[in-house]
Amino acid sequence: MYRFLTQLAERRVLVADGAMGSLLFSMGLKQGDCPEALNLSNPEMLQRVASLYLEAGSDILQTNTFGGSPLKLEEYGLDNQTETINRAAVEAVRSVCGQRAFVSGSVGPSGRMLQPYGDTESGVVFDSFKRQAHALIESGADVICVETMTDIQEACLAVQAVRSCSADIPIMATMTFNETPRGFFTIMGVTIEQACVDLKKAGADVVGSNCGNGLKNMILIAYEFRRFTELPLIIQSNAGLPRTVDGKIVYDETPEYFEKNVRALIDAGVSIIGGCCGTTPEHVRGIGLGLKV
Amino acid sequence: MKDLLTNISDSLQTGDYEDIAGLVQKALDSGLEPKSILNDGLLHGMSVIGKQFANHDVFLPDVLMAAKAMHAGLDVLKPLLSGEDTGIIGTVVIGTVKGDLHDIGKNLVSIMLHGAGFEIVDLGKDVPAETFVDAAIKHNASIIGLSALLTTTMPEMKKVIAMVHERGLSDKIRVIVGGAPVSETFATEIGADGYAHDAARAVTLVKQLAEVH
Repeated sequence: MYRFLTQLAERRVLVADGAMGSLLFSMGLKQGDCPEALNLSNPEMLQRVASLYLEAGSDILQTNTFGGSPLKLEEYGLDNQTETINRAAVEAVRSVCGQRAFVSGSVGPSGRMLQPYGDTESGVVFDSFKRQAHALIESGADVICVETMTDIQEACLAVQAVRSCSADIPIMATMTFNETPRGFFTIMGVTIEQACVDLKKAGADVVGSNCGNGLKNMILIAYEFRRFTELPLIIQSNAGLPRTVDGKIVYDETPEYFEKNVRALIDAGVSIIGGCCGTTPEHVRGIGLGLKV
Repeated sequence: MKDLLTNISDSLQTGDYEDIAGLVQKALDSGLEPKSILNDGLLHGMSVIGKQFANHDVFLPDVLMAAKAMHAGLDVLKPLLSGEDTGIIGTVVIGTVKGDLHDIGKNLVSIMLHGAGFEIVDLGKDVPAETFVDAAIKHNASIIGLSALLTTTMPEMKKVIAMVHERGLSDKIRVIVGGAPVSETFATEIGADGYAHDAARAVTLVKQLAEVH
């Protein structure tokens, strides 16, 4: 059994990392450039990001492969480099953390709409995810994280594609929910109950939510997940909703705020806590401090 | 007669894109005016879907299916609608700003606006400021709709607004903004003519700005 799953089975709470994109931009990634192209051109940058989060206390480090499926890379004409791009991302993180942290292969949405409401056949999306997953697993990722999904059909295709590459690699799957007067739904209308049932059926080992509009809702979302599944839960919250102040983007939820709310997430039954947009290595430190309380 | 139009509206709402062409043809054969089929059938259905979407009773896939049905119905009607009767009530140039490749929200707004009777010039994603302004002039559009999902690309919106002012077009062209990180406050700060939180509200906003009631 994978050490990752053993630790969760022993009810250890794991700390994931925080935002990747904003760090890459601060280090020189340009608007409009393919973030995953850095994996080949500047792996040192990925190592710096991984070091910052490892030092901050992350037990799980994500690879820079959110848009690393061939369907996404195709937008930049890089789909023929799917294997090398995903491999370089895993290797960059591994070179920093060795076995001190788990390397989590990030798999984001395909950017396509599935038939019948969209124009893409499910087989095309499945094959795309499978190609990326294969590259991540072959390169030694400890776990795969299918993340920021809004369409349950696509999320399940991704999970199934990963599972088709390996019968036992741990798979985490997260979806992004919005609050409505009728409860939490993804923009595609998926409920938390549906996510729990379908993602488990597809082969996910850990389910949960990422992105969103801040910790308050994430705590409610975590409780709702717990109602509908026995699987370990992962929550990676945004640091609130972005606001602009004097032309600059700010997020209101501070590392201290994260520290204060960690207990509530654990009470809700969450096993893996990390950050999404607007979070920094300092937020990860906050999560670590919150765990010690 | 009324039943035929209700059927068309209902089919559109359920996204029945395979049957709607037949229903529209049947309505035409029964002697109904193309314009009435458009307004009281197709557009009626689209506006119901729009309201349900705003209330979170239906979601993106339902809207996309309705739009597919709308297009299937329009294919039958279009050759028969001419001049004043086309149902077009204004032209909107729309796109995701430069540096941003996210287009789901923008596409949704396009669909809803098209459904509400606007002609849409969709410039796609990663669109430079001058392309928006040039397209608005070329197509005689009174509204430019800007979308951004990344906080880092939001400043591009300000550039488009500045360009509209520089070229002395601010009395002819209104610029509206939207997208997950965009807010009313941000829109005011950059001098946009309007902001909408979601696609349904975008339609209301565009109708107000285009003075269509």
